[in-house]
Amino acid sequence: MKLKKNIATSEEGFIFNPGTGDSFSANPIGTDILSLLKEEKSLKSIVDTICAKYDVDQSQFEKDLDDFESQLKDNGILE
Amino acid sequence: MEKIRYERPIIQKMNTGLMNKFGTRTEYEPVTHIESVPVKSLINNYGSPLFVISEKQIRRNYQNATRIFKTRYPKVQFAWSYKTNYMNAVCQVFHQEGSWAEVVSGFEYEKALGNGVPGNKIIFNGPDKTDEQLIKAARNNSLIHIDHYDELYSLIRLSEENKLKPRVAIRINMDTGIYPKWDRFGFNFENGQAWNAITRIINSECLDLVGLHCHIGTFMLSPAAYGVAATNLCELAWKIKEKYNKVIQYIDLGGGFPSANTLKGAYLPGSDTVPSIDQFADAITDVILGFGFKHEDLPLLILETGRALIDDAGYLLGTVLASKRLSDGRRATILDFGVNSLFTAFWYDHKVSPAQAFGNHTEEMILYGPLCMNIDIVRESITMPLLEKGNHLVVHKVGAYNMTQWMQFITLRPNIVMIDTENKTHVIRKAETLEYLEQNEQIPKHLKENPLK
Repeated sequence: MKLKKNIATSEEGFIFNPGTGDSFSANPIGTDILSLLKEEKSLKSIVDTICAKYDVDQSQFEKDLDDFESQLKDNGILE
Repeated sequence: MEKIRYERPIIQKMNTGLMNKFGTRTEYEPVTHIESVPVKSLINNYGSPLFVISEKQIRRNYQNATRIFKTRYPKVQFAWSYKTNYMNAVCQVFHQEGSWAEVVSGFEYEKALGNGVPGNKIIFNGPDKTDEQLIKAARNNSLIHIDHYDELYSLIRLSEENKLKPRVAIRINMDTGIYPKWDRFGFNFENGQAWNAITRIINSECLDLVGLHCHIGTFMLSPAAYGVAATNLCELAWKIKEKYNKVIQYIDLGGGFPSANTLKGAYLPGSDTVPSIDQFADAITDVILGFGFKHEDLPLLILETGRALIDDAGYLLGTVLASKRLSDGRRATILDFGVNSLFTAFWYDHKVSPAQAFGNHTEEMILYGPLCMNIDIVRESITMPLLEKGNHLVVHKVGAYNMTQWMQFITLRPNIVMIDTENKTHVIRKAETLEYLEQNEQIPKHLKENPLK
């Protein structure tokens, strides 16, 4: 999972794709994942970081992360 | 360090220029209690899905409706429409409040008798009454509402054969300005059929014409239509008095008052558009009081209101089975109840609330039931918080028609619980079991074995 290089994200969860002009909003956990992706963290590192911060078990989060990845793909945010 | 409450990650595309003037509707105010009973404990104790009925709300509705009519008109009687919800516990709440019974089939008639309703306080409607049922109703002095000529002539024959004089009314259909007209039931007013039937009854001398009945439709949004119906029935009652010197004892305007549910396709929610019972009462009582009857000849006004008295007393609790995304990216949430339990999902965009607190983020989704059928849709589009497997939901205003029209299809029908006026819970219908389902099945001998056994 790799963010397109030109995607702009803010700490408040605002996402802008200058290629298409589309903007998006993410919830706080979505924002956290996006910032980890910006830092080019591995999937394992994302899972560990989020599960340490949020009250969620790993399998639940992995399922939801798959879902989040498909949202990002559908919206043209991933490479 | 305490961990942060989890919700699944989402992103939402920001659109401009699409909102209507009312903004987007969201239904994320959590409903954690029904009356004072926690949803969580109801589901833990009685399972999911679960129908819940508030006795307090039924009584409130009934008392409110009777107050509205009785403060406008001196002689009013409600008759509980069994088909709307014939759970015996529900019927008994209405009967305790003073409601008669209005039934449309032989089995509903037996149910009313079983609930201790005296025969003379049962109104027997509908096009399907057998000879045996007609004789029984006549012997019990029930009010038989004749639907068609075949029934009229059957009843005349049965009365002569059995030396009975049943109390009858005829059902009358008419043009009240509402389309489609419900002209498949009863005798038509405009073409003179109703008057012919009245004449035939009075001339028969073995039927006692005591009332006139109409039921102009269902989920009626126009009080004026009831004004037209009341005018037509009063006109007939007046004519009967003039021509035959016979006083009609009651006028029965049937049911049809809407609840605050939102019909599919409606632009505004039902709670904002549905007329109040006061408006219907004004339309009806103004006509009868203004028609010119002598005080002693004023007919009893009977109302067979169903939906408006029970819908908001019923809730369906359920659980999220899964959350997924469809091929076009839309969110789909799969629930443990579908159109088999929530039959009214075919007609209404039911209000659905989460039963637990959520964050601020919401998303548009489709709510699907658990059936292996494409039509099993609870809501085609609804904005809800981010739902997860195991979350509970509350569907509102499901008291009418679901517990009578529900289908035993693919899943078994769930428990129904009533919360009494002291907030104690009682199972009023047990969840079905395979044993219950199969008790009437019979397998021919040659099919009892198979090689797979």
